[in-house]
Amino acid sequence: MPRRSLPTVRGIGARAIDNVLRLGYATRFIGLTIAHSGTCLARPRLVVRELYYTGVLSLIIILVSGLFVGMVLGLQGYQTLTTYGSESALGVLVALSLVRELGPVVSALLFASRAGSAMTAEIGLMKATEQLSAMEMMAVDPVARVVAPRFWAGVISMPLLAAMFSAMGVFGGYVVGVVLIGVDEGSFWSQMQGAVDVREDIVNGVIKSFVFGVAVTWIALFEGYDAPPTAEGVSGATTRTVVTSSLAILGLDFILTSFMFSGV
Amino acid sequence: MASDTLIEIKDVNFAYGRRPILTGINMTIPRGKVVALMGISGSGKTTLLRLIGGVMKPTSGEVWVDGQCTGGLDQQGIYRMRRRMGMLFQFGALFTDLSVYDNVAFQMREHTGLPESMIRDLVMMKLHAVGLRGAAKLMPGELSGGMARRVALARAIALDPMIMMYDEPFTGLDPISLGVIANLVRELNDTLGTTSLVVTHDVQEALDVVDYVYYLSDGRMKAQGTPEELRADTDPLVRQFVHGEAEGPVAYQYPSGDYAAELKMGRDGRGRRAA
Repeated sequence: MPRRSLPTVRGIGARAIDNVLRLGYATRFIGLTIAHSGTCLARPRLVVRELYYTGVLSLIIILVSGLFVGMVLGLQGYQTLTTYGSESALGVLVALSLVRELGPVVSALLFASRAGSAMTAEIGLMKATEQLSAMEMMAVDPVARVVAPRFWAGVISMPLLAAMFSAMGVFGGYVVGVVLIGVDEGSFWSQMQGAVDVREDIVNGVIKSFVFGVAVTWIALFEGYDAPPTAEGVSGATTRTVVTSSLAILGLDFILTSFMFSGV
Repeated sequence: MASDTLIEIKDVNFAYGRRPILTGINMTIPRGKVVALMGISGSGKTTLLRLIGGVMKPTSGEVWVDGQCTGGLDQQGIYRMRRRMGMLFQFGALFTDLSVYDNVAFQMREHTGLPESMIRDLVMMKLHAVGLRGAAKLMPGELSGGMARRVALARAIALDPMIMMYDEPFTGLDPISLGVIANLVRELNDTLGTTSLVVTHDVQEALDVVDYVYYLSDGRMKAQGTPEELRADTDPLVRQFVHGEAEGPVAYQYPSGDYAAELKMGRDGRGRRAA
């Protein structure tokens, strides 16, 4: 019996060691990326180009999703609040839900699926087609030229996308709550203004989306850079980017929320 | 190191872990010559190219490039050395998000402070040298295999390198493109005054354009000489490779069990007939 279970135990051990090794490589990778970010400062056009691909091209999915999430919040919130006769607080419910949680989390999940997977596939294919090797042979560091601009573009665009998601969501909640259902417009906006705190809610939401931006971009870039240079390798890496990023977002959200709002 | 020698490889051994890839390699590449490094797939040719480019370091032995031992160079030193090297990859390795023009201009923009007007003139000169000036605005996806290889060649010679390295430049090309690339290797070497190292297993094309040949097998240097000497070599290993013979010291079959026994394993009538 012990002999039969030996390969299983050995397999678990090998996987554990492999994962710890990969975590080490990933940490070294982000360290190198930050250390080689000087090129981005010297040539901001590299970052601006990536901002277009990661940020601007993600706008449509972010805005449309934000609008619908806000509309659903408006509808569901109204149904619940009307039970207690406090439908005038609909603006507060919609705004706080979006700014504190749904904005950063849902936009980060969408960002991981849309921009993160694209980053992994692009870098993985660049590796598979020897473009990164060619760059190195031309004495150009691929981490500085390819990875760092994408990293900073992801980190910069994530909070902006989350802000736009929340703004669009508030608009969606307004359309459903005020325009369609008929909640009083004055109380919708004034209660929202009174309840939403810049430091407690908005800044914390921005911090969250910044952290998610770092996590998603880091995972996406590392998976692409570390992908085996085959079709199967790149497809596996792309899948891992979406799965790992999504889990990281949800896990980090819980940790950040418990730190930020534990005293509330 | 003599001044007419550009690259010298002295007693180089290289291994991945315990698996030896190169054993006791000695090689000299004189300035201005086109030298071929031949051998079947998996013989260690590309590894040797990487050692010269400083991508990897030898387990033991020394690689000297233009009077510098690559083993003693740090990352910046390796990068300084690579700026004077050009490399053509097996399938071109063009940057797919950049146009043909931007691919050729890439190194100029990265390493020189030249104004864009001068870069434009230089790019056009390089593209003209490979006959693709008219393709400057195309994207790599719009090029044929042969054209992509020529654009990659223009990109590799962008900074007038002292040495050009070609990794399987003839693979997967039609006969016309193959002839064009082979002639370009020779022409560019002579007109630009560079030194070329061609890693290939396309024997006839290479033997027509190179000055000297090294033959690598199982990580060891098995033969060397001028193309004529190699064609006349009587060593069975070299003969089999140069003349493309199926039978010889290099086995066609991957090591496996007894064929008849394997076919009879099914124990049905068809299996027995096939055996």
